[in-house]
Amino acid sequence: MTDVSYVRTEMLEEKAPPVSQAGIIKWLRDNMFSNIPNSILSIVALWAIYYVLSDVLPWAFQSSWNANSLNECRSAIAAVYGEGASGACWSVIHDRFLQLIFGFYPSELYWRPVVAFLLMFVAIAPVLFDGLPKKMLRFTMIYPFLAFWLLWGGSLWFPLMIIAGFALGYLAFGVVSKMTSSLVGMIAAVLVPILWWLFLSGDVATMLQSIIPLSIESVASDKFGGFMLSITIGVIGISLSLPIGIVLALGRQSDLMIVKVICVGFIEFIRGVPLITLLFVASTLLNYFMPPGTNFDLILRVIIMVTLFASAYMAEVIRGGLAALPKGQYEGADSLGLDFWQSTRLVIMPQALKISIPNIVSSFIGLFKDTTLVSIIGLLDPIGLSTNIRANMEWNGVIWELYGFIALVFWLFCFSMSRYSMYLERKLQTGH
Amino acid sequence: MANAKKKLIVSDEVAIQIENMNKWYGSFHVLKDINLTVYRGERIVVCGPSGSGKSTLIRCVNALEEHQEGKITVDGTHLSSDLKNIDAIRSEVGMCFQHFNLFPHLSILENCTLAPIWVRKIPKKEAEETAMHFLEKVKIPEQADKYPGQLSGGQQQRVAIARSLCMQPRIMLFDEPTSALDPEMIKEVLDTMIELAEEGMTMICVTHEMGFARQVANRVIFMDAGQIVEQNEPEQFFNNPQSERTQLFLSQILGH
Repeated sequence: MTDVSYVRTEMLEEKAPPVSQAGIIKWLRDNMFSNIPNSILSIVALWAIYYVLSDVLPWAFQSSWNANSLNECRSAIAAVYGEGASGACWSVIHDRFLQLIFGFYPSELYWRPVVAFLLMFVAIAPVLFDGLPKKMLRFTMIYPFLAFWLLWGGSLWFPLMIIAGFALGYLAFGVVSKMTSSLVGMIAAVLVPILWWLFLSGDVATMLQSIIPLSIESVASDKFGGFMLSITIGVIGISLSLPIGIVLALGRQSDLMIVKVICVGFIEFIRGVPLITLLFVASTLLNYFMPPGTNFDLILRVIIMVTLFASAYMAEVIRGGLAALPKGQYEGADSLGLDFWQSTRLVIMPQALKISIPNIVSSFIGLFKDTTLVSIIGLLDPIGLSTNIRANMEWNGVIWELYGFIALVFWLFCFSMSRYSMYLERKLQTGH
Repeated sequence: MANAKKKLIVSDEVAIQIENMNKWYGSFHVLKDINLTVYRGERIVVCGPSGSGKSTLIRCVNALEEHQEGKITVDGTHLSSDLKNIDAIRSEVGMCFQHFNLFPHLSILENCTLAPIWVRKIPKKEAEETAMHFLEKVKIPEQADKYPGQLSGGQQQRVAIARSLCMQPRIMLFDEPTSALDPEMIKEVLDTMIELAEEGMTMICVTHEMGFARQVANRVIFMDAGQIVEQNEPEQFFNNPQSERTQLFLSQILGH
């Protein structure tokens, strides 16, 4: 019999894995050539990518940046790359860049939309990321009025009067709900500001303006255009459609018959109508319903329609989230004595919204892209502008470059929204 | 065991009074003419076959279910459809559910402090101290910063008990608290409930844990087909059941 006892006297060093188990070769084997069908698919896909890029890349890079017209562009490209070479005429972007961004906004006032745009990030940062001081939310609250003032200009008293309306509503709620019930208080909180805005605020603003003039040059709505217009409509639509959608979704689940019928009717009506129809209503029909002489800003009308349209979709998205919550969550909150608003705000909504994040962000992205539809009613968003630019003799025939650039900018915005939503989902993950 | 029970004090102060209560789900008559008086400090176990209305009964006590006829008085407050009364009663009556119903988006500590902060308006710091006190009591203070999804079923149910206790309720309702648990976790939850009973909490438990009923309850109620069929002291109830239906039920659940 042999001796089976064994004692190790020296420990083995770690060795590098064989070539087939590390680095690029392993990766290729695992991901692209793991078996014969996969290998075939990989090769076909690589060929397809090569086929597309081999045409697009030379076109994109054999380009001209400094020409003043399409013809100049073509001759410049021909001069460098030889007769018959096709190349992108990026000069049109270079030439019309400011117009694509600002529309016909007066060029000496470009700083105002730029400041408003930059401040927007300051305003949304505390909403998007926690860990920032809570006091920043105060700036978020006044930002809409500040941005309005910066973009449209005019008397500072006007936005201040609108803020005053909210303050009055808050006061009315405090006073009336203490004297009677909270329901009457809520009605007062809605009525008082509306009366104030309709009948008093205009005169008070004019009066204050005559005492202390605080105004910057005002810019009319028809000067708005380009991405500035898309972003203005998109951001207002996005930030209003979420709260309105929440209210509609809750109203749809309400036990109060009238509230429920109104919410269901609104949602089903708005969802059943194409956005473009609503935009036509905004641009043409709405004026017939207004008293003669009222000048209701076209951009404002469009914003209202886009917001209503998006809120109806948002309401259904959030209702989906609400429906996904187990009944036990409502009962758990109820059994602790939380009232309806407390349980909705603290228990139900945070979870329903979290479930709906992917769909909410999809709606946001959809809304932002839908802003291009305003070109059909004559607003000069990037698409509307591109039509105008091409109507110009110099740039007649430029298609890919303009649409490509617009698509790229839209894609950047939409992609960052999508990335943010993924970050948010990861952050809110509380399970295993 | 009998000695342990005698130590528990039952006063003659009424905690819950249910008079001639009837409830229907649509046209289905779930609860028929229920009369029940619970005195302060009582530990009542409600048992019966599934569908007998036992869960519905205790859910009527804190108005999670609405009853159509009869009168329920909790702690002297008449349970009407007035929302203020309902919220007041709910904040005095704690409830634990079969599926815990913890809030998955809040940490354990936040689950426990939510209602004290918002309903009782207790300052956050104080609420957190109370919460930690009760989490220690159910023996999981170290889990305070985790989320419900990271805890085992037994731990979650103990958190649910602590969450209810943070509201300092005078009555606790348990709706099959151990039915969704693995066998080895049942004991830790029952131990917590026994401890609670020994401190004199008024409790109504819907449960199939007959060992718990024998050890802790001072009254066992047997329900079938929406009615209270039999109620008695546990000793009498288990050893000398009177109605045929009870005998059959007991032989089925104690048979193996």
